[in-house]
Amino acid sequence: MAAVKKHILVALVENKPGVLNRMSSLFRRRGFNIESIAVGRSEQEHLARMTICVLGTDEQIEQLRKQMDKVIDVIKVTDVTGPRSIVRELALIKVNSTAATRSEIMQIINVFRAKTVDVASDSLTVEITGDDDKIESLYNLLRPYGVKELNMTGTIAILRG
Amino acid sequence: MKLNGAQIVYECLRHEGVDTVFGYPGGVVIPLYDELPNYPDIHHILVRHEQGAAHAADGYARATGKTGVAFATSGPGATNLVTGIATAFADSIPTVFFTGQVVRSGIGTDFFQEVDITGITLPVTKHNYLVLDVRDLAKTIKEAFYIASSGRPGPVLIDIPKDVFTDACDFSYPDNVDLQGYKPTVKGNPYQIKKAAALIAKSQKPVIVAGNGVIGSNSAELLKELAEKTQMPVVTTLLGKGAFPEDNELSFGMLGMHGTAWGNKAVLESDLLVAIGMRFDDRATSKLTGFAPNAKVIHIDVDPAEIGKNVKVDVPIVGNIKQVLLVLNEETAEAKHDEWINTLKGWKKQYFVDYDSSEKLLPQYILHNLSRLTDGNPIIVTGVGQHQMWAAMDITHKYPRHFISSGGLGTMGFDTPAAMGVKAGCPHKEVISITGDGSLQMTIQEFGTIMQEQLGIKIFLFNNNYLGMVRQWQDLFYNRRYVATPLANPDFGKIAEAYNIPSIKVEKKADVEAAIIKALSTKGPFLIDFHVEREENVFPMIPPGAALCDTLINREEGY
Repeated sequence: MAAVKKHILVALVENKPGVLNRMSSLFRRRGFNIESIAVGRSEQEHLARMTICVLGTDEQIEQLRKQMDKVIDVIKVTDVTGPRSIVRELALIKVNSTAATRSEIMQIINVFRAKTVDVASDSLTVEITGDDDKIESLYNLLRPYGVKELNMTGTIAILRG
Repeated sequence: MKLNGAQIVYECLRHEGVDTVFGYPGGVVIPLYDELPNYPDIHHILVRHEQGAAHAADGYARATGKTGVAFATSGPGATNLVTGIATAFADSIPTVFFTGQVVRSGIGTDFFQEVDITGITLPVTKHNYLVLDVRDLAKTIKEAFYIASSGRPGPVLIDIPKDVFTDACDFSYPDNVDLQGYKPTVKGNPYQIKKAAALIAKSQKPVIVAGNGVIGSNSAELLKELAEKTQMPVVTTLLGKGAFPEDNELSFGMLGMHGTAWGNKAVLESDLLVAIGMRFDDRATSKLTGFAPNAKVIHIDVDPAEIGKNVKVDVPIVGNIKQVLLVLNEETAEAKHDEWINTLKGWKKQYFVDYDSSEKLLPQYILHNLSRLTDGNPIIVTGVGQHQMWAAMDITHKYPRHFISSGGLGTMGFDTPAAMGVKAGCPHKEVISITGDGSLQMTIQEFGTIMQEQLGIKIFLFNNNYLGMVRQWQDLFYNRRYVATPLANPDFGKIAEAYNIPSIKVEKKADVEAAIIKALSTKGPFLIDFHVEREENVFPMIPPGAALCDTLINREEGY
């Protein structure tokens, strides 16, 4: 059996209603399990860029890439998996904090070069950007304090150079 | 000059050369129909159910090569099209469907007869549109026809709200389509074509597997040239019937679940498969691990996503079949495979089964007679089931676009409406609809359309009072438990008579030839109700989940 690994596909698509639906319908129909999908504008006004993280073998992902390419509103699909790409995700984490734990938590946050974006009497909200390993590490360190809410943007990626 | 949306639709159809539309009116498309009399060059055929309109447009497209067009209203009108759209999608048939939508202000409010038809048809269309501004209408229709008929063809749906039909704007039909995300590959890669030619030159036991794409791209002549030049035997898929003349020495029939024993064995033993315009469907390959285990594979197809989808390919060639074959035929050298062809001919003798000397009224016997009396000239349309497989196997198919059948989706009830579309598109051709008592009754209301339009279709009904193919599986694989397959049938002759369609009932072998001659010599539609042997099974058969080597020649014997 060929190895299953995480692939990151970036699709340049027409920026019109229904495109996300066309893509998600395709993933569902062809049985692909999407880890994350992030959509936003691109450098061209009429186009949007989608980053899709998906698990599969190289053959499966190649088939998915071709199926995505067949969607009329899709201009181009690139598999950016690998060291040549810069991969980022943003997470907002709301963690329980008290006067006693606040400074301890802030220290952890500083080590990760994350930001404290909100402080309340019983919680802190942290913003962190990075690849999923970095976010996962911070999340694991914060969990013992009690994470009230985790919200993630999904991965985006771009090729270097 | 300002035109309203309805007028724009017809002007665009004119520009696309559309002269026939199948449809059914309803609330939101009344404005569209209201303009119809002003376009007398566009013939509208009123069906009895929107599914019939979809299949008719599909049949029209398969037989003529032109894009088929159907109209339906919003809500149930649109959803009734869906089976027909999915049928055309599965078989890559160029079709454009126009549906009415509720007024723009009503969209999203659960308005009367509102459905999200672009959402519903998303997975069964090549593309679809909801047009919210009349100024986008002409451009959208231009794109729709281009997308439907180019690359790998398929259905496109355009959903138009009622008040877009009545809005007006300046009309001009665009000359070109520029879709950034849609640029089908036309020419094959010359390096891959050279590699293919080299593999063909080296092969001792090659087989060409020709599919629907050969017919859709009008490449049957080029395929014949390739086969004859290189002396490669040819098998076809179900939808490839007619891509290669079956009376040619190099033809070895169909492959697949109900392929010929010799055709399947040829694929099994081959050292090279030249797959052209086919997609290695499971009904063609059976179990993949047992499919042509010793063969290298050259795969020529217009759709890059089909390459390597099911079968590992050694030489992929993506492009329009006609463009690829033009080059490949130049590149290939003349060759001979006498020994291999003689082996195949030997299998053909070895596995031949004589059905004609049976006393019983067998479907095979009827079709052999039809084939002999008509010499491949009529366009054969089928429903889905046992009769479909017999129609594929027991008629000698000689010409492209002469075997019209729902392959990928396997849609029962396709027969009558598709035959209407074929006859509307080819009024001077003999059109024979071969059907079963199950399939016929799924769309039998279309007898009304046949009557109203005076469509001279000959219906050959193989009536066995069973849903025969399911019964066959119950017989072979479910201990003969005939659950929900016996049918209590009406007198089909009386039904036909109610629609002014003359008919004969045939119960004996001796009456077959005279009945066929009577049907063919009668002007207008005709029904023959053949009361065939009830529990006849379709053989050869590869049991579901089994491999080519497991072909059953009859109930007990394999290779």
